[in-house]
Amino acid sequence: MEIVFLLEQVLNGLLIGAYYLLIALGLSLIFSLGGIVNLAHGAFYAIGAYLAVALAPHIGFGGAFVAAPVLVAILGLLIERFLLRRFYRADPILSLLLTFGLAMVAEQTLRMVFGAPPLPFSIPPMFRGQVIIGEFIFSQYRLMILAVAVLCVAGLWFLLQRTHFGRVVRAGVQNPDMVGALGISLRPYMSAVVAIAVGLAALAGVMLAPVIGVHPAMGAEILTFAFVVVVIGGLGSFWGVVLAALIVGVVRGIAAFYFPPATEASVYLLMLLVLLLRPRGLFGERIAKFE
Amino acid sequence: MTPLPRITRRAGLLGAAALLAAPAISYGQSEALRIGHLTPRTGFLGPLGEFAVQAAQLAADEINAAGGINGRKLEMLFEDSVNPQTASAKAERYIQRDKVACIVGEINSASALAIGQVVQRERALFINTGANSDALRGSDCRRMMFHIEGQNSMYVKAVGRALVEKGLIKGKKTYALTADYAFGHDLLHVAKRFLAQNGGSVANEDLIPTDLTDFSPFLLKLRQARPDVVVANLAGAQITNFLKQYTEYGLRFPVAGFGFDTALAWGAGSGNFLGTWPTMWHHRLENAAAKKFTADFRARFGRPPENQAWGDYNAVKIIAQSMNELKSVDAVQVMQHLEKGAKFNVLKDRESYFRASDHQIMTEMYAITAMPPAEQKDRFDIFTSSAGIPGAGEPLEAIASTPDEASCTFPS
Repeated sequence: MEIVFLLEQVLNGLLIGAYYLLIALGLSLIFSLGGIVNLAHGAFYAIGAYLAVALAPHIGFGGAFVAAPVLVAILGLLIERFLLRRFYRADPILSLLLTFGLAMVAEQTLRMVFGAPPLPFSIPPMFRGQVIIGEFIFSQYRLMILAVAVLCVAGLWFLLQRTHFGRVVRAGVQNPDMVGALGISLRPYMSAVVAIAVGLAALAGVMLAPVIGVHPAMGAEILTFAFVVVVIGGLGSFWGVVLAALIVGVVRGIAAFYFPPATEASVYLLMLLVLLLRPRGLFGERIAKFE
Repeated sequence: MTPLPRITRRAGLLGAAALLAAPAISYGQSEALRIGHLTPRTGFLGPLGEFAVQAAQLAADEINAAGGINGRKLEMLFEDSVNPQTASAKAERYIQRDKVACIVGEINSASALAIGQVVQRERALFINTGANSDALRGSDCRRMMFHIEGQNSMYVKAVGRALVEKGLIKGKKTYALTADYAFGHDLLHVAKRFLAQNGGSVANEDLIPTDLTDFSPFLLKLRQARPDVVVANLAGAQITNFLKQYTEYGLRFPVAGFGFDTALAWGAGSGNFLGTWPTMWHHRLENAAAKKFTADFRARFGRPPENQAWGDYNAVKIIAQSMNELKSVDAVQVMQHLEKGAKFNVLKDRESYFRASDHQIMTEMYAITAMPPAEQKDRFDIFTSSAGIPGAGEPLEAIASTPDEASCTFPS
């Protein structure tokens, strides 16, 4: 029987991995291309969640689902244009400080505008309920999140691997100078990448708002996990991040099953182990500019 | 109809100058008296800290409107206590640099312990408004520390009575989810003792990290274990996340909590609040003082006050009332005054006092039960309440820890 329970935790962990994925993919993209450790990434996730709460009463959950990521992507574009752009070639510590500051400003702004206590928000009625298969139980809403995450991952993969846009971005990650020498400016690509990345974070925020407390520090909560996923997966590796997110979800589930106090700590142990064995992460590529 | 008096430009200028000068004049008469407020405003307890700050400010404004403390203006200082190390450093700075008359606040039991050590060393007064751990009133008690927040024993015994009446304790096996830090460990210990005394038992127990947001692994475990009752010894944002996800997974086991804050249930969203929980106070109480506090708080901050607001509001009021009665701001004199059992109206039917043996407030508590979603009128009125516990005929000490359970010997 125990094996069935364990399997249930593993499946559930895969599902949880999908949330981390939406945040981690964007984080990885911005770092790979721009060399920016975006500590404000969690803030965009939080803003997405707050927009969902604010917009849903007027345009419904479906409306917020579309509008919030778009609005946050526009915010991302502005921040990229006026702030991040100055730091692509600078010492990474500077952009680290900048995005750390942005994260604090965002969190405190949410606290001042919406208050510190969590805002009430529930799963839309059409997604409420559970799917029960034998011993296994799944929340319908989480299955919906999984489906959206899979679509996003597939879409992003197609964009990066099968389009002209993706070829330039991948070339820019490996060798920005060569891309420049070929007469291609990376600027518009970088803007687009930031918009997509923060839009995905906001989308994750919208989707998690019904199941996780919507409060100002929610961005900081998820950001550490997203970083761990990126580090385990390896920089520049799309599938590395995907795999890492799923592994992190599963390890967490197994830890919760056998030794609950280590539920969150298990993930950091995993990171330590991966870094000891593979310092560039599971599928990390050698990227000259970061060596 | 009398014409309105014409205000000349010169009169207006004079008036404005007089208004601007007014604070300077009152400060000139005597220096303001300071109370240092220190509580978590960020992190997993941050959601509650905001209520604490607003309520303390409201209390101070009312005190000043009524003439201040011994004729001096009361000035509140506010700080985020963050964690035990920072709380300790900020408490020290409050006392040494800002010369505060008293420190009020805290929610985290570990931080309250750190502040308790500082005030004992510095001979300053500290009223704990939100840390529940019995150890703070037992092995770690301090002469200069008072507790307007209930101790874990009170929470457990208050809601425990309601649970015994509902038949959820005797012969039942419970699954306990416990916040993995000082408060939770202490609460689990007290809860187990209560269950054992009343014929119940803890069949499963999991310690939940304070930064955990996704409860799904534990909800799966709950479903497999099929307990008779789920007991939540959780804290802060954990409670909101637990409520939301418990409903999401459609689990039907009765839920009870031994630790609770109303704001976290308000934040869960419609249809997500369920179970029976203990509280020191809530905004639906009918006595006149409670109604006035609720109305004033609501008018100013746009939402009703909850249990945390109650604690900080009353702590500031108790300090002011004591100092006015004593005509002194001396910390040791105030401490002795409270130890002698001075009575206070803390917005309840019965007056309350601090027990001399461990400085715990003796006061009524309430067990609240979630209303069915269809009966909830707005996002705040989502529960019904028991009458005060203990009942009118019983001593207030009936729900507090006994000397066997937690004994305090004040260090000199």
